Amino acid sequence: MAFINGLKCRECGREYSAEPLNVCEFCFGPLEVVYDYATISEVVSQDSIAKGPLSIWRYKDLLPAQGDDPVDIMAGYTPLIKAKGLGKQLGLNNLYIKNDSVNPSFSFKDRVVSVAATKALEFGYETIACASTGNLACSVAAHCARAGVRAVVFIPSNLERGKIVGAAIYNPILVSVDGTYDQVNRLCSELADDYPWAFVNINMRPYYAEGSKTLGYEVAEQLDWRLPDHVVVPSASGAMFTKIWKGFNELACLGLLDGVESSSFGVDQNTVHHPAVKTKMHMQQAEGCSPIATAWSNKQSQVIPVQPDSLAKSLAIGNPADGIYAIKVIEKSEGSAYAVPESEIVNGIKLLAETEGIFTETAGGVTVSGLKKLAESGAIKSDELTVVYITGNGLKTIEAVEEVVDPLDIKPSMRSFEEMFQGAK
Amino acid sequence: MGKQRVKFTFEETLVKEPVIYELGRKFKIVTNIRRAEVGETLGWVVLELDGEESEIQSGLEWVSSTGVRVDPLGGDVIDG
Repeated sequence: MAFINGLKCRECGREYSAEPLNVCEFCFGPLEVVYDYATISEVVSQDSIAKGPLSIWRYKDLLPAQGDDPVDIMAGYTPLIKAKGLGKQLGLNNLYIKNDSVNPSFSFKDRVVSVAATKALEFGYETIACASTGNLACSVAAHCARAGVRAVVFIPSNLERGKIVGAAIYNPILVSVDGTYDQVNRLCSELADDYPWAFVNINMRPYYAEGSKTLGYEVAEQLDWRLPDHVVVPSASGAMFTKIWKGFNELACLGLLDGVESSSFGVDQNTVHHPAVKTKMHMQQAEGCSPIATAWSNKQSQVIPVQPDSLAKSLAIGNPADGIYAIKVIEKSEGSAYAVPESEIVNGIKLLAETEGIFTETAGGVTVSGLKKLAESGAIKSDELTVVYITGNGLKTIEAVEEVVDPLDIKPSMRSFEEMFQGAK
Repeated sequence: MGKQRVKFTFEETLVKEPVIYELGRKFKIVTNIRRAEVGETLGWVVLELDGEESEIQSGLEWVSSTGVRVDPLGGDVIDG
């Protein structure tokens, strides 16, 4: 069973029972899950987690859906790798990569969709839907195939076919919408109101977003229940960024970190900051779609929406739902936000590939370039424990780096090979 | 008849314009503001629109034409 009491508005505090609902009926503020931490603290421990499956469901007591028979394609428990090569390049001796590009559908979306799909089935839905330009569509379609329920995936009509093959292979109903980015957005919001479907990031959003907490739990567990000094995270809506932070603070409050006593969650579970959590949260966005980083650097009280125009399509959310909450996390953690120049994205992809053997998508290029900037500026000191999150696989955005294919052209003779090879050395 | 929940964002040059008042006058739409913040350089309003679907669509197109940004409630739903 899930140890939750219901939902609560982040703005006015009104409470609701656990329903497929994402917006407060009174003030239209976003809703968040309210947990029964008193019961959770009685059942969860480092040992109980260690006995769980090697997926996000090892943390089932901390997730808002029942974990006994989840929709699970084995998302999560991805490698945390000591990054000696990249660390040497950047002058960081204690750098780790959380490689979430090896999830079953090759992005971190499997974490959130696994939770949303499990909750959708709990609610009795027979159709799960989303609007996506790539990773989310793949993950929703894959989880629906696993669960044996219908998937409906909306895509903009101008989306390159190659981007959607990874979703289409699971045989969802693909709906290509002939409209602008804004029109597709608006249509899907209206559909979520009118159709009895579980839209993972609309009416299921409070549950869906919680899946990203596992990115925080796993890093702590893989570091022997310690937290890093810094984390470097790509960001689109800001949800994953805020949930990693929430995950760290939950572990601290529940006494699951080594040497940290359990403590109260206070009056608001979603804004709790345990004093033992000293991790600095660094957000990376691409310059072509950086509304949160811009708001943070300009000290704006609100995030001004933008029209996305970035190579990093998986980070291209112009109106980020959790933007303002992400800024609060940056402030509390004494972290930072940076808009990575578009021209640096491909360099970041290449740097990670050439130093660590990991091929990431454009979002990862943003993250690695942002990490480089943090190292060069001295914001991260050489011996500080740092984790950089790589959230998607490079095979999803091959077109961004096609230029690297530059073979030595030879004739089929030893002489031709040796001439060219000598020159290349 | 239908209802739609939206967010309007006003940049500095539009903060003082009575766009919501004009929306209710020009179109057969009832506007119901639920939450807002208006500063000197930026304003946003979260509201519900009640009316015929075609009126709401025409009304939102007119609002966009004034330069006010119109977004679905809860941020963008197209995800990467």
